[in-house]
Amino acid sequence: MKIIKKIQTRRGAKLNIKGEAEKIFSKTPFSNTYALKPDDFFGTLPKLLKKEGEEVKSGEPIFFSKNEPRIKFVSPVCGMIHSIVRGPRRKIEEIIIEKSSSDVSISHDVNSWEDLSREELKSLLLESGNWPFIHQRPYGTIANPDDTPKAIFVSTHKTNPLCPDFEFILNQEIGAFQNGISVLNKLVDQPVFLGTDASHPGIFKEIKGVQNYSVAGPHPAGNVSLHIQELAPLNMGDKVWTVNPEDVSNLGRFIKSGKFSPQRTVAITGNAVEHPKYIVTKQGAELQPILEDHNLLYPQNRIVNGDVLTGATSHLEGHLSYYNNQISVIPEGNAYRMFGWLPFKDNNILSLSNTSFSRLFKKRGFEVDTNLNGEERALVVTGEMEKVFPLDVYPMQLLKACMVEDIEKMEALGIYEVVPEDFGLIDYANTSKIEAQEIIRQGIELMINEVG
Amino acid sequence: MNALRKQLDALKKPFGKGQKLEKFAPAINAFDTFLFVPNHTTKKGAHIRDAVDLKRTMVTVIIALLPALIYGIYNTGYQYYVQTGESFTFIDAFIHGAWKIVPMIIVSYVVGLSIEFGFAVYRGHEVNEGYLVTGLLIPMIMPVDIPLWMVGISTAFAVLIAKEAFGGTGMNILNPALTARAFAFFAYPTYMSGNKVWVSEASAVDGISGETILGSLAAGQDVKYSMMEMFQGSIPGSIAETSTLWVAVGALILILTGVGSWRIIAGGILGAAVMGLLFNLWGANALMSFSWMNHLVVGGFAFGIVFMATDPVSAAQTNKGKWIYGILTGIFCIMIRVFNPAYPEGVMLAILLMNVFAPTIDHYVVNSNINKRKKRWSNAQELKTA
Repeated sequence: MKIIKKIQTRRGAKLNIKGEAEKIFSKTPFSNTYALKPDDFFGTLPKLLKKEGEEVKSGEPIFFSKNEPRIKFVSPVCGMIHSIVRGPRRKIEEIIIEKSSSDVSISHDVNSWEDLSREELKSLLLESGNWPFIHQRPYGTIANPDDTPKAIFVSTHKTNPLCPDFEFILNQEIGAFQNGISVLNKLVDQPVFLGTDASHPGIFKEIKGVQNYSVAGPHPAGNVSLHIQELAPLNMGDKVWTVNPEDVSNLGRFIKSGKFSPQRTVAITGNAVEHPKYIVTKQGAELQPILEDHNLLYPQNRIVNGDVLTGATSHLEGHLSYYNNQISVIPEGNAYRMFGWLPFKDNNILSLSNTSFSRLFKKRGFEVDTNLNGEERALVVTGEMEKVFPLDVYPMQLLKACMVEDIEKMEALGIYEVVPEDFGLIDYANTSKIEAQEIIRQGIELMINEVG
Repeated sequence: MNALRKQLDALKKPFGKGQKLEKFAPAINAFDTFLFVPNHTTKKGAHIRDAVDLKRTMVTVIIALLPALIYGIYNTGYQYYVQTGESFTFIDAFIHGAWKIVPMIIVSYVVGLSIEFGFAVYRGHEVNEGYLVTGLLIPMIMPVDIPLWMVGISTAFAVLIAKEAFGGTGMNILNPALTARAFAFFAYPTYMSGNKVWVSEASAVDGISGETILGSLAAGQDVKYSMMEMFQGSIPGSIAETSTLWVAVGALILILTGVGSWRIIAGGILGAAVMGLLFNLWGANALMSFSWMNHLVVGGFAFGIVFMATDPVSAAQTNKGKWIYGILTGIFCIMIRVFNPAYPEGVMLAILLMNVFAPTIDHYVVNSNINKRKKRWSNAQELKTA
């Protein structure tokens, strides 16, 4: 294995939180319903193909994207559309599929896929519902099939708090992963970059057809934005594609079997979980049976689809998100703290600031909760965002440009090079409790609408 | 704690959403959040948050100010008793100082916070904690005998014109506390400069000379204090600026907690030292040949660079910009001292001047990042067309 680039960063922070998943697979509980949530597909307007009560086979399209009708989203299981949950202004929030006992799936002809032309392969992936696995930068939306990206990035080393270990997840799937990489190589002539943990490349050493780079450093070192900046910086008009590691093996499984593979290996994490472990399930599975198996420790919990910095709030009756390899559960922090603003008081609360002794006293995992630990204020303190932001972008200046919706300035300051998750630690660390990820998300939506 | 909480909740009821006093909620919230960190949970974005908030940050600055303030109170009495020749104890000196200074602090807080509360209610946002620091800084940089009404007017001017007129906390260009001092300096020069204002009762009691070191240097007189006295601060001057020793303790607190920018402080000392050294080499007048080391410990330089120049809102905001801003502040401070005998202390004007230039410094620092990006784009464009 030849490492073409060692990406190393010091700016960032490893949040030492309790509740890392033990590297054991626990039994997968039965899930009665599965859900597709259009909100998981940023920038996609859904157009339904099925009505409530209709039967669906697994791998059968349920909706497609209004702005790119070729991109289809398929059912992870065989069953019946149980309900379509709508929110304000009839926005589709969830499409719930009740699993039936039979297991009929749509099968595509994948024999001799290696002989397909690039366009034929693209339409095969689009038709079979595999295209949503491929994301693009800028913006982090689903890739446009007509683009030619500068490169494809697959990063197997994530650094988000309590994030799953993809070496463990894909240990038994390495064949499928290799097939997935072959599919990506067939899609583009441009390089496919594979990022691995600098200290432990593990099973990914053996993968062929990729350019290897290694990643070291605290969060957000594992964020693909940083890797793109180092290896294939985005210029105006450039596109880069990214694929999550498990989706690479889903692609690989599809190309061998002809059947859509909705597999999701999920780490159940967080300090509200008694026995954090991994499970193997499918996209959109019910959360309740999984969480009941893992024993939640507090009466009021925040259930997060994803990690505690970037995940989406869910609830006990909710479903697993489409791209998620992690569920985090932490206690709600809706309690008052007397004189909690005194410096060096309440050192049991994890803090990156030196106005707390928390990092000195407690070496082992911290208990965290959802308290805001203060109130939103004007932006006063400077320099703290840069400490946790390794990109060559001025984060506070970009946030301010987004707040005043100055598109020219946002472009110049690097809006193309970031996605909201890069600002997760800024959300966490900033003194004024500014919702940085939300501001960036709105900024990106503005860019999509105004510039495209 | 629970009983107190319940009482507070009951008290807050009429200020709740849809109730008749809802408009005044920021005022009651300011008191409530002073007792309790609220039970608010994260609604969007990251689900967990750091323990630090603006209150904690501002209180850290106040803690850093306390050593200089306490010494300043003592020194006020000390200067008075030493010059009158009366015998005194530490407690006497402290009480004499406190008698003068505590009312100034009260006036500054009452006037400033009333305006802040008013604007918070008017604009419908929570009361920002920034004034807790500003309100303490204003009396600390005034001469001890300034009438209380002048403190009040200067404070009102600073909060209204330097802060709220620009949009409130986080938006101001000039440091509000220094603006208060500058206002007083130009509006009431007889109370703010000269040789009769720097020691308690100097204008009333004939035996007292209220001359500062920089003042006597500017007037071409000799300095009768040793460097040790200047460092420790037993010299005349504005209330809390005299003791470089205790200011240094505050600086250490600010730097170790990460609340104050070490880049600005280091840059300021570097700029002042280099400038002082250059003037030493030139040596055309008494202030020029005043040793560069003495320049660092005398007057308000140390206090200004540690507590005023580091105000994150009015200082440069980028890391590179902070170095430039700090160094230039140091250079201008010494330059104003040496070249303009009308303003023997240059630090106030140097910081205010650099406050005005800080956005420009940041503009160029950020622009270099933008230009790098644009150059990369145009290079890529050339490759594509070639």
